[in-house]
Amino acid sequence: MSSPLLDVQDLKKHFPIRGGFFGGVTGHVYAVDGVSFHINKGETLSLVGESGCGKSTVGKAVLQLFGITDGQVVLDGKRIDDMPANSLRPMRRRMQVVFQDPFSSLNPRMRVRDILAEPIRNFGLARNGAELTAKVAKLMDTVRLPRDAVNRWPHEFSGGQRQRIGIARALAAEPDLIICDEAVSALDVSVKAQIVNLLQDLQGELGLALLFISHDLAIVEHMTHRVAVMYLGKIVEVAPKRSLFAAPKHPYTEALLSAVPVPMPGKQRERILLKGDVPSPINPPTGCRFHTRCPYAFDRCRTEEPPLRPIPTALEAGHTAACHLHDLPADRNPLAVAKGQALLAV
Amino acid sequence: MAEPLLVVENLQTHFRTPDGINRAVDGVSFHVNAGETVAIVGESGCGKSVTSMSILRLIPEPPGKIAGSIRFQGRDLLKLSEPEMRSIRGNDISMIFQEPMTSLNPVLNIGRQIGETLRLHQGLSAREAEAKAVEMLKLVGIPEPGRRVREYPHQLSGGMRQRVMIAIALACNPKLLIADEPTTALDVTIQAQILELMRDLKRTVGAAIVLITHDLGVVAEVAERVVVMYAGKKVEEAPVVELFNTPRHPYTQGLLGSMPKLGSSLTGTETRLAEIPGLVPSLKQKIPGCVFASRCPHATDFCVKVAPALEPKAPGHVAACHYALKEGAIAA
Amino acid sequence: MSSAAAFSSASLPQDVAAAPPMPDVLPPVKPKKGFFGFLRRNPTIAIGGGLLLLMLCIAVFAPLLWTVDPTALAPARRTREPSAMYWFGTDMLGRDVYSRVLYGARISLMVGFSVAFCSSIIGLTIGMISGYVRWADSIIMRIMDGMMSIPPILLAIALMALTRGSVQNVILAITVAEIPRVSRLVRGVVLSLREQPYVDAAVAAGTRTPRIILRHILPNTLAPITVQATYVCAAAMITEAILSFIGAGTPPIIPSWGNIMAEGRALWQVKPYIVFFPAIFLSITVLAVNLLGDGLRDALDPRMAKRV
Repeated sequence: MSSPLLDVQDLKKHFPIRGGFFGGVTGHVYAVDGVSFHINKGETLSLVGESGCGKSTVGKAVLQLFGITDGQVVLDGKRIDDMPANSLRPMRRRMQVVFQDPFSSLNPRMRVRDILAEPIRNFGLARNGAELTAKVAKLMDTVRLPRDAVNRWPHEFSGGQRQRIGIARALAAEPDLIICDEAVSALDVSVKAQIVNLLQDLQGELGLALLFISHDLAIVEHMTHRVAVMYLGKIVEVAPKRSLFAAPKHPYTEALLSAVPVPMPGKQRERILLKGDVPSPINPPTGCRFHTRCPYAFDRCRTEEPPLRPIPTALEAGHTAACHLHDLPADRNPLAVAKGQALLAV
Repeated sequence: MAEPLLVVENLQTHFRTPDGINRAVDGVSFHVNAGETVAIVGESGCGKSVTSMSILRLIPEPPGKIAGSIRFQGRDLLKLSEPEMRSIRGNDISMIFQEPMTSLNPVLNIGRQIGETLRLHQGLSAREAEAKAVEMLKLVGIPEPGRRVREYPHQLSGGMRQRVMIAIALACNPKLLIADEPTTALDVTIQAQILELMRDLKRTVGAAIVLITHDLGVVAEVAERVVVMYAGKKVEEAPVVELFNTPRHPYTQGLLGSMPKLGSSLTGTETRLAEIPGLVPSLKQKIPGCVFASRCPHATDFCVKVAPALEPKAPGHVAACHYALKEGAIAA
Repeated sequence: MSSAAAFSSASLPQDVAAAPPMPDVLPPVKPKKGFFGFLRRNPTIAIGGGLLLLMLCIAVFAPLLWTVDPTALAPARRTREPSAMYWFGTDMLGRDVYSRVLYGARISLMVGFSVAFCSSIIGLTIGMISGYVRWADSIIMRIMDGMMSIPPILLAIALMALTRGSVQNVILAITVAEIPRVSRLVRGVVLSLREQPYVDAAVAAGTRTPRIILRHILPNTLAPITVQATYVCAAAMITEAILSFIGAGTPPIIPSWGNIMAEGRALWQVKPYIVFFPAIFLSITVLAVNLLGDGLRDALDPRMAKRV
């Protein structure tokens, strides 16, 4: 088997909390606390979870937008998290990003042409001005925007069009991996569908790998090959799409799936309502981080942290979860049987 | 038959802007019966929020201008004086907003904020108001209400704040509750909690609800009747089951088709999402024909020229489309 | 639910139900385009800019505006009331107040513009460094905090006491006093711009730091800096007048509005016009600059206008 395109091992990012007159460190936000996953070439891995779970921080850490606290990020066999800036720059070309907010993700003082030309120039992807212009024009075609729009300013476009420009900028560097950080979450339903289709088409045409960070499970199911579920700075479950949606092996995933409203009136799925709120990442619970809200928690969950490991009762191979329930005999493990059909198909 | 609780007729809310008149809401009519939940759905800029703000006359005039009529319990709200309007807001009609953090006053404790409306509208004493506040917090499912009344908004999580907002809105037993994207800013597990609460409250409190949202999943879960808005117009209205099963307007069909359905990978029904091509038209230009014609897959020259009227297509189901079939007209 | 089946054939429908027309409820608005349209939409800019332009013309063309030598003494014609001959009267040394006030505009505007320009450039640099170089930030900002804790007038008086009184030194003194405010503003703007997704995207796209600062950060600080510059300009003109008034500013020999008022102070109760005219000119100029600043703020950042 060939090595994965992106391999993240035990990634940690702790943000110091500063306080006092001299700005001393008074604590840490354990935003990402030991996360491992990989993405193969041409594959989509979705990172799902609720706000504050650290999924966006993972995206930025992979992009090397800040130094990481611990762990390693390996892109195509090369470790990039400890690279000096000069050797990192060519590696940056291979992974690009599309952000959530179509308004703040484009510099308001740059024309579309300059926005798209910047990565091409930075990475020396065009030999002369004519080639640059041609490449920019081709990018506009790729994201289905009119070519003459390159002379306009970002504020002249609608949200969906701006997101197309953002995608074009990401494609300009000719990357192997695009990190979509809630790339469609801010868009209206009909525009969202346009952008989702565009991303899928591009993935097919260009063989891109996607790290699709999102909280919208329906879109994730539509887009992805594999899913990683994050809760409070940790991945609690990673699985191929069908296996995860049919038979989630972590109680959090199960609750998450059951919470999505059903767009079919009169029908309601069996809902597992979680109690309370997500605990603070400054002071995460001991043991399993989910035990404070888990409907199935028992004593061991409060003291011993479950590792992410393969689950034998899973529908497909490559399904891992971090939950002690799977050590219990099947008749006492509420997640042993596939409940997805009951959860989702209403 | 008695008149419905709220009757909105030909509501027009226009805004003066430097480069023309923005016809944010242009001739919208609907009604809400007592105890009923009506959802207004549409994408951003369709005028759904402006509609709800117009009902409470929260639109600054100028630059805005509200025309038409909004009859609440037989009184036209547009003809009331500002003091009369104030006695209705928060008392007979109350509102829940999307962002619970900015809608709460950060320097007053929760009890004071709930009590304030009670003291204002019902003349309760400070002690009575606090007792009622504790009761309201219990009603909206906040644990340890006796302690929470003395806490400040920043000490609560997003879901808790939205519960407090609902408690404030329900404090005076309003007859109509307007909820403007009440769960949009919340995480999906918290959204599920709030939706559950809204369903419970509907049974126990019995207020009519106007739910403004873009999320069809939320609509399906709580609404009884749905008004679909597009570019400042009502394009379709139907009972919720009708709307989801047999949408008549091409826009509604497009909306439903562009939404991925959870569980599609299991049932093998995964398909490419249906796109609605193009963009929402500018509301600063007058559109002579159908507002959706520029994006409609079925549009003809006729649609571009003549605006379709809202026609009954089935019992209780109206749509503004020249070509949408009426019930009975479908062969087999 | 198949959409094809839900529609009748594409021929004209039999029973056309056209919607009733919806007349607008507001009178039509004619979009105002071009330069004059911009001024019509932003009356504060038009008024403020117009007044400031007028003052600028007065300063530049003072010799052509029926003035005499503003320093020429005429003891015989002391303290004349305003008349057809002496429009604003004469002061206690017989100098023509009208000429002095017009020439005084030069000093005020020069001080205001110079201070605004210099403190913006220096403040931009300092703010940029402390917003971008994290280790320097706390040091620079503590220094700025220290400077801000001294009242600007006192700081200027101290600096003037150390140096010789001249217009350049007045500009220098006020500039030093204004720098902390500007750098704080720039630092705040830079810190928030650094968090913008487009900056992250530029980093991910391999853009080097100098170019990020030049292309992504700097252009987006210009709008708030311009607005701030107008307020600095207005404050500087007032500070100059105060310094001159208390004798710590422009040398008395140069006619500045502060100096004219300082000299007229003794006669305020009997000859109020000596103080009145320079005061009016100062007020109008400061008002004009402030109006311009408010107008620019609204025009450059509509969101900010709503908040403030």
